[in-house]
Amino acid sequence: MQEYDFDIIVVGSGCSGAVAAYVAASAGKSVLVIERGAFAGAKNMTGGRIYSHALKEVFPDFENEAPLGRKITHERISLMTADANTTLEYSGASLAQEGRNSYSVLHAPFNRWLAEQAEAAGAEYIYGIAVEALAKDATEKVIGVTAGGDTITAQVTIIADGANSLLSAQATKAPLPKANEMAVGIKEVLELSPDAIESRFLCSEGEGAAWLFVGDCTKGHTGGGFVYTNNDSLSLGLVVTIADIAESSTPIYQMLEDFKNHPSIAPLVKGAKVVEHSGHMVSEGGYRTVPEYVGDGCLIAGDAAMLCMNLGYMVRGMDLAVASGKMAAEAACEAIDKEDTSKSGLAAYKEKMEASFVMQDLKTFQKWPHFMDGWKRLFKTYPLLAQEVFTSLFTVDGTPAKPLVKRLMPSIRRVGILNLLKDLRGALKAL
Amino acid sequence: MSNNGINTLVSLTVNPDAILGMNKYHVDEQNAHIELIENADLEEFLKLVRACPAALYRVAESGAKSFDHAGCLECGTCRILCADTIIKKWELPQAGMGVEFRYG
Ligand SMILES: Cc1cc2nc3c(=O)[nH]c(=O)nc-3n(C[C@H](O)[C@H](O)[C@H](O)COP(=O)(O)OP(=O)(O)OC[C@H]3O[C@@H](n4cnc5c(N)ncnc54)[C@H](O)[C@@H]3O)c2cc1C
Ligand code: SF4
Repeated sequence: MQEYDFDIIVVGSGCSGAVAAYVAASAGKSVLVIERGAFAGAKNMTGGRIYSHALKEVFPDFENEAPLGRKITHERISLMTADANTTLEYSGASLAQEGRNSYSVLHAPFNRWLAEQAEAAGAEYIYGIAVEALAKDATEKVIGVTAGGDTITAQVTIIADGANSLLSAQATKAPLPKANEMAVGIKEVLELSPDAIESRFLCSEGEGAAWLFVGDCTKGHTGGGFVYTNNDSLSLGLVVTIADIAESSTPIYQMLEDFKNHPSIAPLVKGAKVVEHSGHMVSEGGYRTVPEYVGDGCLIAGDAAMLCMNLGYMVRGMDLAVASGKMAAEAACEAIDKEDTSKSGLAAYKEKMEASFVMQDLKTFQKWPHFMDGWKRLFKTYPLLAQEVFTSLFTVDGTPAKPLVKRLMPSIRRVGILNLLKDLRGALKAL
Repeated sequence: MSNNGINTLVSLTVNPDAILGMNKYHVDEQNAHIELIENADLEEFLKLVRACPAALYRVAESGAKSFDHAGCLECGTCRILCADTIIKKWELPQAGMGVEFRYG
């Protein structure tokens, strides 16, 4: 039998790679993680907030140990036009319930913490060099990686190199994602005192808000805006489908500037200092674009396997990354113990994934990305409709008022009652 | 600000040179990790002008196109858009090089 340098090599130490390394090292396997950043998180960006359920399974005490932001207790969604904003807010005890709650996070501190847990469990780390290619034997089975000109071998290689994966194509011939299956995220971190955050976002001490926007923030293009409250900063940005932004008359960085200057956003960020400007892709094609994620001698986890859901009112990738990393490690350990790390020996990963919330949720929402893509009215017409409805509801100017239904009919007629019903029905079916 | 010389783009109120000022980079002066083909088609290039979150693809008033890899955020958007058209090379930066997020 061939001698290997390690039981398992993990490429990339984001949420998926770090958790895979932690789980495998905790099970007693020899693990090498190769992360191209100078530290884990140095090359990563997220929105964002993490739903805690998957993380809690791996680190039951993470709430006391991990560098988290605020517990999200306020959810806001808005329909934005150039000069108006219609917002729905939900806050309720269920948002704070253990196992159902979510926290804002910044990837640089959070991924670093995850990597520290993997290292403490015994995983070895090489930082600062990228894996250039997968190493294969004569039968095309993956037997490790080449990095920095050296070949390092392992029984199983877990590919967790993120949304811009250069390795998934080598692993399972995963196709290059199309421009309508990926979105570009642009984000700024703006420093703001905890007091200002809590008073501007109407939150109790230590608690925070997640706020998503559709409409004028992307100039009507498919996508949306977001603001998340961190401990002493805001994460503010946009996510726009790449095929769409490529045709926009406004470049994405100007869109971000306009979003910050919108009359509903400007007071939130007033006096806040930009401390970082970042960009990252989001895979948003959903279930139908997930490539084959089990290969001969290798597994793909997290964003590299397109495991991300962008539902407009919610982005979820981190909990899917954590859970897939865990399942990949478990399947790899089992295959090593059974001395069969071929594609069929590793098939348990697929079984675990199919039985878990990861693939089931992706399946449940599989129509949504395609629906959203074809549903221009959400991004253009409905924000305007909301503006007109609330303008007629709230405006008093001395002209004798007509009954509300009469005032609203012109706006509704413009969209078309049938279109309204069709969109509503479509949305309910896709969710 | 100029309108990038391209009348299909709105006029800018943001200075694209200023947006990366707070970021931390280890700039590789020797090696550009992204390269374009010569005489790139303008329509393809404009897609990158619109989509690059770091504003690294520019068209000057004169119509001259420019690209600077130094401020790259390593997102891969230009690779998805133009890997099969005007992008000749898209690699990860060499060891230790490129952006280093302090917040992420
Ligand atoms: C703007 C935006 C908003 C988002 N909002 C949310 C949100 O609110 N909630 C949520 O749950 N998710 C959100 N997501 C998605 C979420 O961030 C991702 O799904 C998640 O971080 C993916 O983790 P990962 O480990 O798969 O990949 P990544 O975090 O991208 O990690 C990949 C790692 O691999 C390394 N790497 C890459 N190539 C190589 C190589 N060749 N060699 C060595 N190392 C390599 C990288 O440096 C990186 O550390 C958002 C994403 C974006 C961009
Ligand atoms: S990778 Fe992203 S930031 Fe870098 S040049 Fe391409 S689009 Fe711009």
